[in-house]
Amino acid sequence: MQLTLWTYEGPPHIGAMRIATAMHGLHYVLHAPQGDTYADLLFTMIERRDARPPVTYTTFQARDLGSDTAEIFKRAVREAYERFRPQAMIVGASCTAELLQDDPGGLSRALGLPIPVIPLELPAYQKKENWGASETFYRLVRTLAGPPAAAPARASCNILGPTALGFRHRDDVREVRGLLERLGIAVNVVAPLGAAPADLARLSQAAFNVVLYPEVARSAAQWLERTHAQPFVETAPIGVKGTVAFVEAVAKLAGVDPAPVLSGEGSRLPWYSRSVDSTYLTGKRVFVFGDATHAVAAARVATREIGFSLVGLGTYSRELAREVRTEAAQHGIEALVTDDYLAVEAAIAAAQPELVLGTQMERHIAKRLGIPCAVISAPMHVQDVPARHAPQMGFEGANVLFDTFVHPLMMGLEEHLLAMFRDDPEFHDGVAPSHLGGRPREEAETVVVAAPATAVAPVVWSIEAERELKKVPFFVRGKARHNTERYARERALPLITVETLYDAKAHFSR
Amino acid sequence: MTALASPAACGPEIRQERGQRAVFCGLTGIVWLHRKIQDAFFLVVGSRTCAHLIQSAAGVMIFAEPRFATAIIEERDLAGLADAHEELDRVVRRLLERRPDIRLLFLVGSCPSEVIKLDLSRAASRLSADFAPAVRVLSYSGSGIETTFTQGEDACLASLVPDLPRGTETPLLVVGALADVVEDQFARLFDDLGIGPVRFLPGRRAADRAAIGPGTRYLLAQPFLTETARALDDRGATRIPAPFPLGAEGTTLWLAAAARAFGVTPAKVVAVTEAGRARAGRALQAHRAELSGRRVFFFPDSQLEVPLARFLSREMGAELIEVGTPYLHRTHLAEELALLPDGTAVTEGQSLDDQLDRCRAARPDLTVCGLGLANPLEAEDLATKWSIELLFTPIQGYDQAGDLAGLFTRPLARRARLEA
Repeated sequence: MQLTLWTYEGPPHIGAMRIATAMHGLHYVLHAPQGDTYADLLFTMIERRDARPPVTYTTFQARDLGSDTAEIFKRAVREAYERFRPQAMIVGASCTAELLQDDPGGLSRALGLPIPVIPLELPAYQKKENWGASETFYRLVRTLAGPPAAAPARASCNILGPTALGFRHRDDVREVRGLLERLGIAVNVVAPLGAAPADLARLSQAAFNVVLYPEVARSAAQWLERTHAQPFVETAPIGVKGTVAFVEAVAKLAGVDPAPVLSGEGSRLPWYSRSVDSTYLTGKRVFVFGDATHAVAAARVATREIGFSLVGLGTYSRELAREVRTEAAQHGIEALVTDDYLAVEAAIAAAQPELVLGTQMERHIAKRLGIPCAVISAPMHVQDVPARHAPQMGFEGANVLFDTFVHPLMMGLEEHLLAMFRDDPEFHDGVAPSHLGGRPREEAETVVVAAPATAVAPVVWSIEAERELKKVPFFVRGKARHNTERYARERALPLITVETLYDAKAHFSR
Repeated sequence: MTALASPAACGPEIRQERGQRAVFCGLTGIVWLHRKIQDAFFLVVGSRTCAHLIQSAAGVMIFAEPRFATAIIEERDLAGLADAHEELDRVVRRLLERRPDIRLLFLVGSCPSEVIKLDLSRAASRLSADFAPAVRVLSYSGSGIETTFTQGEDACLASLVPDLPRGTETPLLVVGALADVVEDQFARLFDDLGIGPVRFLPGRRAADRAAIGPGTRYLLAQPFLTETARALDDRGATRIPAPFPLGAEGTTLWLAAAARAFGVTPAKVVAVTEAGRARAGRALQAHRAELSGRRVFFFPDSQLEVPLARFLSREMGAELIEVGTPYLHRTHLAEELALLPDGTAVTEGQSLDDQLDRCRAARPDLTVCGLGLANPLEAEDLATKWSIELLFTPIQGYDQAGDLAGLFTRPLARRARLEA
C-alpha cells in the first residue's frame, strides 16, 4: 500500500475517458460502481465542457453483487448503443469492476452490435492515467485505421495526441496546424481531439504523423510506422528553438521548403529576452517538474532561451523517465522521477530555486515556500484552461512561455529600484507592496527554517553579521543565509562574522 | 404551529427508478467531516480512483494540511489478504508518527476494499489496542457500492455511536454535522427553551463524547442518518420525529417538536422563536418574488432534496416538477412528505438518461443537480443550481434561511443580468 494525499495522475480509465471525450461518435461503457461518475465533473468543470462526457457507467451497488453484474453490464452496453448510436464503442472496467472479473470484451461481443466494440484492458492497480490514454488511443487506431493509401501525397500528415483535459491542447493544435499549413503540408486527421471513429479509418491516407504528446500518441504512432510505413516526428515545437527544429523536421519529411515559416515573423521571445530589462533574469535558479514532454521543453526554454540556470528537473511520468534523465544529465543534474509530492517538496526546498515551473501541485508547494511559480503541465486547475488563446507550442506559444515564466518574477526595473531604495520608509522590505494593503511581509528566513533538509546544528550569527544580512534584499536573503551557514558549517566556524558573510558570498558567486 | 404540520390528504406520489446513477460515493463526506472533528484523521483504504475522487472533491483544500489520505491498494496487496493487513499496519504506524496530534483515526472502506473483503473493523480494533489510549481507531464504509454521498456521514456517525459512554447526562442529542455557527445558534435556542444540556454528534473533538442511555432523546438535524439512528435506538435512545430545520417553518417545527418532547409550553416556544422567525421572514421576503411560481426539478444527490423542495414550495411559492432523492427513509421523512403538495412527483433512485429526458421535456426554470450535469444543462439553456454547495454552506436555522433562499435565486438573478 502506498500512502497518498495528492496524486499527479488519475487511474487509467480516466485516460480512456480523456480519449472518448476528445472524440465524437465514440461511446465508452465503463463497468464501475456507483460514485465513479465523479470523473464527469473533471470535464464539465475544469474544462467547462458543454456536454456530458460520452460515457455510460454501470454504477452497480452492493445489492447487485450477489446477482449478475455481467447482466447489468450487457444491458448498459445495449441501451447506450440504442440511445447514442455511436460509430464505435470502447468498453472496459474501472478498478473495482476489475476485481469482479466480468469480461467486458466477451460480454459485449456476445451482443453482436453492428459497430466495432473495442475492449480495453487497463490494469488499475499497476498503471495510471497517461498510460490509460495511450493504450486506449493505440487500441482505437489499431482497430479502426484503414489500409494504407496507394500513394499518399508526400506533404500530408496527421496530428496525433491532443486529448480532452490536456494542458493547452486546444490552442497547441491551432498553432501547429497553422505552422503546417504555412509550410504547404495538408493536415489529414487530428486525433483524438475532434476526430470521429470514421476519421481514424482515414489515418493511413497521410504520408507521416506528427506526435504532439508522446505520453498519449507514441504507441499509436509506432504502430502506424510499423504497419503502414508512416514515419513520425516527435520533436516538441515548444520554445523558439523547439519550433524551428520541428519545422525543419516536418519540412524534410514532407519534402517542402521550411523558409516560408522560418523567414517569417516568428516569435517576440528572442528580442524580449535580449532586451536589457531581461538582464536580471540571467542565472536565476529554476526548478522544473511536470509531465515529461512539458518538463523537458520548459527546461530547454528556461536555460537556452531565457538564460535561467536549471537547479532541478523532474517528472511524474515513469513511462518517459529516460528522456527526462537524459535532459537532466546535460545540465549536470540528476532527474527526479517520482509521483510522491512530498519528495518533490523536499527537492524544491533543498534546491532553493528562485522560480518553480510545475503543475498545480508545485504551485502550492511554491506558495508555501514563498517562491514565485508558473504552471507548465497537467494536472491543472480551472484557471489553466483559459478563455484566451494560450498555446505552449509554436511561435505564439513561445510568446506565452516568456510571459508565463517572467511574470511571477519581479520585472527588472522594479527589482532594481527595490534594491536601491530598500531602506526607504515606504519601500523597505518590512512593508508589502501598497496594492497588497501594505501588510508586513513574512520574514524570508522562515522559509529556510521550514525546509526539512536543514535539520542540522544551528550556527551562531554575530550581531553585526545579522545586521549586515538584513541589508541583503529580502528575496535573496534566504539564499544568502543558507549559503553563509553552509560555508561556516563546512569550515566548522564557531561564529558568523561580517567577514564570513562576504567570504561565503565570494565563495558561492559564479 | 400545529396548523402548519397538518398532514396532507393524499401526499406525494413516490416512485422508484433503477439504472445509471450520477452521484458521489460516501467517501466524499470526508471532505466536510474532517473539518468538523478537529483531531480526527480519515484514512481511505482504496484505489487510485478513490484518491483521485477525494482530490477532485476537495479542490484546493487538499493543500492545507488536511486530515485525510488514501492508502492505495497495489497489485501485491491483491495477492494475499494477510499481507494487506501488515501493509495497513505499516501505513497507519507511519501516519501516526508523522501526525502525533491525531486522536481519532477512521479507516474508511471503499469499493475495492469491500470487494476483496479486507476486514477493516478487525484492523481497527487491532490498531486501537496498539495505540490506546492516545488514539482510537474506528472503521466505516464510504464505498460507492454501499453508500451515496451523504450516507458516508451516516456511516461515520454510526461508527461513533457504540463508542459513546453509557450515562444519563444527555437528555437531548442533536445528530448530524452542522456548521459551528449553526450549532451555536441552536445551542442558544435550546438553552432559552430550557432544554438541556444539549450535546451534538459529532462533537468538535474526539474526546467530546456525549454519554447516552435509555433517557436520551435525539433530534436528527440531517435527513440522511438512517444507520446512525438505528445505532442510537440500539443504545436505548429515542428519536423525536420532526421535519428538518431548513427555512423558517422547518426550523420552527423542528424546535417545536423538541419542545413538545420536553414538555415546554407552546407559548414559550413562540416567545423564544419570535425574534428568529421575524428575522428569517424579513430575509426570505427579498427572495420570494424571484422564486414564486418558478418550476423546480431536483436530481438525486444528498437526501436533502425532499426538505429543500418543501422549503421552496411552502415558503418560496415554487412549483415542484420532480423531486429526486438517492434514498428515501419513509419514517424519518414522514413529517416532510406530509408537508409536500399533493401529487408531488418524488423519485427514489435514478436512471440518469431517462431522468434527463424528463427534465428536458419539462424545461424547468431551475434544476438542482450535480456538477457533472450542471454545465451541460446550462448549455441547453436550463438554469441550474449545483447541489454540492448545499452541503458546504451553512443553511440550517433561522439566520441562514435567507442565505439558503439566496443559493437558489442567485443563478436566476445571474441569468437575468447576462440577458439584460
